Amino acid sequence: MTAYLEFKSVSKQFPGVKALDDVTFSVQSGEVHGLIGENGAGKSTLLKILSGAYFPSEGAVYINSQAMDFQGTKDALDAGVAIIYQELNLVPEMTVAENLLLGHFPRKKSGFIDFKTMKEIASKELSYILEEIDPDQKIKNLSIGQRQMIEIAKALLHNADIIAFDEPTSSLSDKETIRLFEIIKNLQKAGKAIIYVSHRMEEIFKICNTVTVFRDGKKIETFTDMSKVDHDILVSRMVGRDIKDVYSYRQREQGQTVLEVKDLMGPGLAKPASFSLKKGEILGFFGLVGAGRSELMRLIYGAEKHSGGAFYLDEEQMKINSPRSAIEKGMFFCPEDRKDEGIIPIRSVNENINISVRRHSMKAGLFLDKKKERETTDSFISKLQIKTPNRDKDVGSLSGGNQQKVILARWLAEDVKILIMDEPTRGIDVGTKNEIYQLMYQLTEEGKSIICVSSDLPEVMGVSDRLIVMRDGEIVTSFERDEFSEETILSKALPDKAEN
Amino acid sequence: MENTNAIKPVNPAVKVIRNLWENSGMLVIFILLFIILSIFVPYFFTWRNMIGLGLSVSMVGMVACTMLFCLASGDFDLSVENIVAFSGVTAAVVINATGSIFIGVLAGVLGGGLIGIINGTIIAKAGINALITTLGMAQIVRGMAFIVSGGSAVGITNMAFFNLGNGQFLGMPNPIWITIICFVVFGVLLNNTSYGKNTLAMGGNMEATRLAGVAVDKIKIMIFTIQGMMAGFAGVVLASRMTSGQPNTSIGFSLDVISACVLGGVSLSGGVAPIQGAIVGVLIMGTVQNAMNLMNIPTFYQYVVRGVILLIAVLIDRFKQTNTKN
Ligand SMILES: Nc1ncnc2c1ncn2[C@@H]1O[C@H](COP(=O)(O)OP(=O)(O)OP(=O)(O)O)[C@@H](O)[C@H]1O
Ligand SMILES: [Mg+2]
Repeated sequence: MTAYLEFKSVSKQFPGVKALDDVTFSVQSGEVHGLIGENGAGKSTLLKILSGAYFPSEGAVYINSQAMDFQGTKDALDAGVAIIYQELNLVPEMTVAENLLLGHFPRKKSGFIDFKTMKEIASKELSYILEEIDPDQKIKNLSIGQRQMIEIAKALLHNADIIAFDEPTSSLSDKETIRLFEIIKNLQKAGKAIIYVSHRMEEIFKICNTVTVFRDGKKIETFTDMSKVDHDILVSRMVGRDIKDVYSYRQREQGQTVLEVKDLMGPGLAKPASFSLKKGEILGFFGLVGAGRSELMRLIYGAEKHSGGAFYLDEEQMKINSPRSAIEKGMFFCPEDRKDEGIIPIRSVNENINISVRRHSMKAGLFLDKKKERETTDSFISKLQIKTPNRDKDVGSLSGGNQQKVILARWLAEDVKILIMDEPTRGIDVGTKNEIYQLMYQLTEEGKSIICVSSDLPEVMGVSDRLIVMRDGEIVTSFERDEFSEETILSKALPDKAEN
Repeated sequence: MENTNAIKPVNPAVKVIRNLWENSGMLVIFILLFIILSIFVPYFFTWRNMIGLGLSVSMVGMVACTMLFCLASGDFDLSVENIVAFSGVTAAVVINATGSIFIGVLAGVLGGGLIGIINGTIIAKAGINALITTLGMAQIVRGMAFIVSGGSAVGITNMAFFNLGNGQFLGMPNPIWITIICFVVFGVLLNNTSYGKNTLAMGGNMEATRLAGVAVDKIKIMIFTIQGMMAGFAGVVLASRMTSGQPNTSIGFSLDVISACVLGGVSLSGGVAPIQGAIVGVLIMGTVQNAMNLMNIPTFYQYVVRGVILLIAVLIDRFKQTNTKN
């Protein structure tokens, strides 16, 4: 039996980068085919070729043994291909129903949009993906997870036979992830050919029955028998070396309290928050999506104005009312949403990295020291292994994980006292994750302190010295490292109905 | 946004040409245009006409320098034409009253700056859209110009003031020198200072820039303030050239400036603002106008031609963008 979907010798050349190099593999109907590889390995590029957004430099995509010649995304849609992208493409100001049917609005005879039918179709589609979402709701009022579900519903609506997911769970809650997996299983039973890109190994083992490993734009290997592979084998194929324990936690010295937050109150919090951070400490914050972690961090960083409470830095009270004032005191923040709050996509890697740190190297307080800036950028490109053809490339064209590294570099270039990392490894590959964790230990050994917010429980448990759990806009409890247990932490994080 | 245009691979020769086109497309067009006009339009390529051309673009050139920053940060300013009128009138009135050229020029420049501060503060602090803010301000300022002048042109009695706009240095009129200096200064500001880079970053992603610790509100106010001062100064120079402050001068000037910038490849959505582009844009606009005058093309047709040129330029730019994304 020939496969339903085949990639034959597909290559893609970008100016200065060979994103894909002679890739051949196939996906059967009823198969969930995992794609894994480091940041910039070419996974998203492959999906964009499948979607008709990019034209392959060489080779072709075959569907049902027919060579495809997509001239645009519409052709691919018509051929039954649906892609759920890493970055979502919904119109925030339009309703769920409108987004679902965008481009295919049902019409009345008069030519006007038939809103009633539209709503019916939308409701039916939404019920299929088990969502209790009001079709009249505007997209901007939905959580990122819910938006992801809308994207999936959109794909199903077009009766696609080939469905590709590009890191779909990176912004989903656990509950939403489980729901997504149920949907994927159903799609598989319905005989769809599914491609699933993820950096999360446990997901690959949970839902894929085949997995292909990419490295540097090349296909390294396809494993068709999942019982013959394990986590370590995949990781070593992916990064070209063994990583036994991705966290490799190191015991470290800790000093006195550097930051004390007292009764901080502001938008997104239900109760005043108090906690302290020690010198050399990695303090984890765990909670479900919507627990108020990011909101709390934004208040601390001054991105949002607080309505009450106080900060003490080295036991001295200080005022923080803007990101700039936080930065001047040595406190830095990597936001969770890198596309909207982190990168400046049309500006270069060089400018994105130096945007803040350059204030230390300016001549006469105004003129840039371009040589110094280039050196800073180059040192981080090699230190964090940022994959970019050169330092003047616009950040928007880098792969997702590499964009994240650019933001990290922006702050690592600074003389950090406290680094707040909101989802620091979202979309980052195992090898780099491991390096980032090492970097975190190294920074704290140098006397810096880190706050690490994550929805990835194994991650916060893996790297934190202490862990604070948040729920519904308040801090509920904290654990020392020797008290960490997945069960207790989760039970504290989940909404507890009995308490109300 | 994902790009939806498929693009086919190209061979290396095409690539080289495309690169040249990408980086200095408008310059190439300008040079071609210049050569063609020199050959076919009588008197075009004469020293006298070149000086006239330079003078005619000097006002747009000066203000384009600061408009560039406005556009780079993702905003624009429609009140500059009225500031030009207001500052010219103010300078005239103050010079007549005090007898001091220095105080008069200062009053014109600072008056423009004050309007800029108000523009910037409303836009940055209250978060009001720049279109509405500067449109409203434009009305107010035009009204002020009429109020200050009493409704008609204010003749200036101090002849020494006319030197600013009509004098020469090394055989070239002062306004041209001033424009050149402005382009150099603002080019350096844009490319070699944190002020310039932060402005570009703001146009690229405002929230990310704010979270990166850049004082975005302050910079925004600064951009509009400098813009106001520059427009004020241009107004003073114009008053000097016309030997009077005219309250109803320069209608449509703001859009001329913005068009010139856009023509040179400055993005209206911010983040992309090559200064050499603005220079070329200003020159193309001025050259076409100049040639049309030499050829005695009626004004009515001149409007049409200028509009067509602008649209073509923007279309070319659009086309270029969809190509480079892949
Ligand atoms: N439009 C583009 N222009 C130039 N280079 C590009 C473009 N899109 C992708 N690339 C480059 O192609 C390579 C592959 O990128 P791709 O996005 O496919 O990686 P990925 O495997 O999806 O990585 P990640 O896990 O980080 O999402 C990268 O080096 C990237 O910089
Ligand atoms: Mg990707």
